[in-house]
Amino acid sequence: MEPLNALVTLANFVLIPATAYGAQLALGALGVTLIYGILRFSNFAHGDTMAFGTMGVILPTWAMQSAGIGLGPLPTALLALPIGIAVAAALVLGTDRLVYRFYRRKRAAPVIFVIASLGVMFVYNGLTRFVIGPDDQQFADGERFLMTARDFRTLTGLDEGLALKTTQVITIVVAVIVVIALFWFLNRTRTGKSMRAYSDNEDLALLSGINPERVVVITWLIVAGLATVAGTLYGLDKTFKPFTYFQLLLPIFAAAIVGGLGSPLGAIAGGFVIAFAEITITYPLKKVLGYALPEALEPDGLVQLLSTDYKFAVSFVILLIVLLIKPTGLFAGKSV
Amino acid sequence: MSTIRPRDLALFAFVAVLFVGTGLVQSWNVSLTVLNMGLISAIMALGVNMQWGYAGLFNVGVMGFVALGGLGAVLVSMPPVGEAWAAGGLRVVGGLLMGAATVVAAIMAWRHLRRFRTLAVLAILVVGFILFRAVFDPGVAAVEAVSPATTGYLGGLGLPIILGWPVGGLLAAGAAWIVGKTALGLRSDYLAIATLGIAEIVIQIMWNEDWLARGVKNVIGLPRPVPYEIDLQSSRAFNEFVTEWGWDPVTASTIAVKLAYAGLFAVVLAVLIWLAQAALASPWGRMMRAIRDNEVAAEAMGKDVTRRHLQVFILGSAVCGLAGAMMTTLDGQLTPSSYQPLRFTFLVWVMVIVGGSGNNWGAVLGGFLIWWLWVQVEPLGALLMQAVTAGMADGSWLKGHLLDAAAHMRLLTMGLILLLVLRFSPRGLIPER
Repeated sequence: MEPLNALVTLANFVLIPATAYGAQLALGALGVTLIYGILRFSNFAHGDTMAFGTMGVILPTWAMQSAGIGLGPLPTALLALPIGIAVAAALVLGTDRLVYRFYRRKRAAPVIFVIASLGVMFVYNGLTRFVIGPDDQQFADGERFLMTARDFRTLTGLDEGLALKTTQVITIVVAVIVVIALFWFLNRTRTGKSMRAYSDNEDLALLSGINPERVVVITWLIVAGLATVAGTLYGLDKTFKPFTYFQLLLPIFAAAIVGGLGSPLGAIAGGFVIAFAEITITYPLKKVLGYALPEALEPDGLVQLLSTDYKFAVSFVILLIVLLIKPTGLFAGKSV
Repeated sequence: MSTIRPRDLALFAFVAVLFVGTGLVQSWNVSLTVLNMGLISAIMALGVNMQWGYAGLFNVGVMGFVALGGLGAVLVSMPPVGEAWAAGGLRVVGGLLMGAATVVAAIMAWRHLRRFRTLAVLAILVVGFILFRAVFDPGVAAVEAVSPATTGYLGGLGLPIILGWPVGGLLAAGAAWIVGKTALGLRSDYLAIATLGIAEIVIQIMWNEDWLARGVKNVIGLPRPVPYEIDLQSSRAFNEFVTEWGWDPVTASTIAVKLAYAGLFAVVLAVLIWLAQAALASPWGRMMRAIRDNEVAAEAMGKDVTRRHLQVFILGSAVCGLAGAMMTTLDGQLTPSSYQPLRFTFLVWVMVIVGGSGNNWGAVLGGFLIWWLWVQVEPLGALLMQAVTAGMADGSWLKGHLLDAAAHMRLLTMGLILLLVLRFSPRGLIPER
């Protein structure tokens, strides 16, 4: 049973958390990649868009919780998700009107958009802190575990347990649904096709009668949805704190670039690459190897490649290596 | 750039009035504190302006270079910890050399091998990493075990802290070389994200590598380039001079120390401005701007764009590093946990954009003005909130919330200022000419 125990330990501490985290990153990176592909700039305000949208979920969640409305074993936040998406959509559309549209009309250089997005980031960050404060907020409720480590042990008779948090399962299920819906939209619907056409060749798309402002609006709507879903899932799974969301910008960008900026498929792949790299490299593999290897080879140390504190640094080292070797990412994003 | 417009002088006069006003309304101590950080901010803004204003390079890793500057100040000025060196100093240094050798070997293999290139590089990296950890880890453990409450690190060279300023600049320049080699020549977004990443890596190393600079345990009590207040107060000459003017010796001594710092910083700023202006007016400066305005044309004229970009990127980052070392000197301590991108990267960007990108005087003006605002927005915001909530019942939820929220006015205000200036006056208060 030793190899099975090794596998269960690995699944419990690495595979499952990394899959959930990877799904959250992928949803975030999809938003960044869509903005890059269609509006053609790197949106530094994305992490704070996620924070703002999540705040739009948290406040109604609290209201529902105190009113006794809930989903039973599922977190109430899922019920409040549409409200949060609407709030985030209003915010980003308003921002586009007030800030980005001006530069789009002027056909400003992409870097000007990026600097403007820095300003937007500041404002969103300030707004979020203004409303909900800078501290950690709890909004998860419902059943905490789908399966606890002890249940698993009694069920299988193994030494090692496998815990499955509800939020992890929800993350993966919701992410799969969202991604399928997005790809269906981009590949099958007329609007989605016009968006892809606009992304591939702006001039040609304009010639064939695609309304650019409509494409832009729909892009922002999708991005608001993705950002809010990603932010809410992350908040449910871990914790909500405005500053943490701002920091999430780093692994999200890394995921989008590693996958190839502008490529939705790449964003998903990149999200999982970054998440698995972060968690495997900073996880002490001693226990797993202890089960998997014959006793003579059992390691003495923790077999931790890097201390957990280097989580964010890992994503950036990967990013730098990818930039060095394959500047357009794994899925050949837009040329640079 | 030779003529000074009256408008520019008026702007500088306005900023001067802000500082004098702070002195009169609050206190001269506060005003000088703000001024000293304003001087340092102006230097950071000069560094970013070299990169963005001269060359159009978008660096959002200012924080990393500033932090490296602070590290330089510590490494030069703190006394060496002999016991720690004896315990594991050589092992640590040996491990670092081994890590560097691994990277060099991997790069050489990548360049020169034809067959099995990827495999060979991977093998070198894996073996090198295992060796590096085997040598390095015990050394670190030994060093960090030496009285961790007070030292637990290798210490510095015990030299005067002023020497740490250029060293800080050099450290930042080295990091800039690595980033530049990696990301220059890509589209500017990629450079931005790469610099953001390197800043994060630098900060994480400074947080976690206790043997280097005590990590989040902070290095405190750095030596000073100026006298201590307490020494001034006990000096007879100082006391006689002060009482002659009718001042309080305690207040006077704190102000004297701050003035001494301000003098030192002002000298550095003046030299840098002079150098920056000379560089901008030289053929080199014209070439940089030509490259910025039309890369393709400049390249067609035979200019080595990537090389020039690397050059100016390193120069600008070195200036940021210098400013970081000065800041650590002023604080008298290195507190890695206080380095946050919102404060040390994005605020500097607001300074450059608001002041006027491409114009050194603009960057300096932006540095003073925005730093003053950054400090004063909070009290002003609190005043505003008190005015807004004056009519509300005491103890109501909204009133308390609004009063608390005043603390977060800063980010909002800075973001709005950046957006408004970028939209309505993209060339800044003192535009390039």
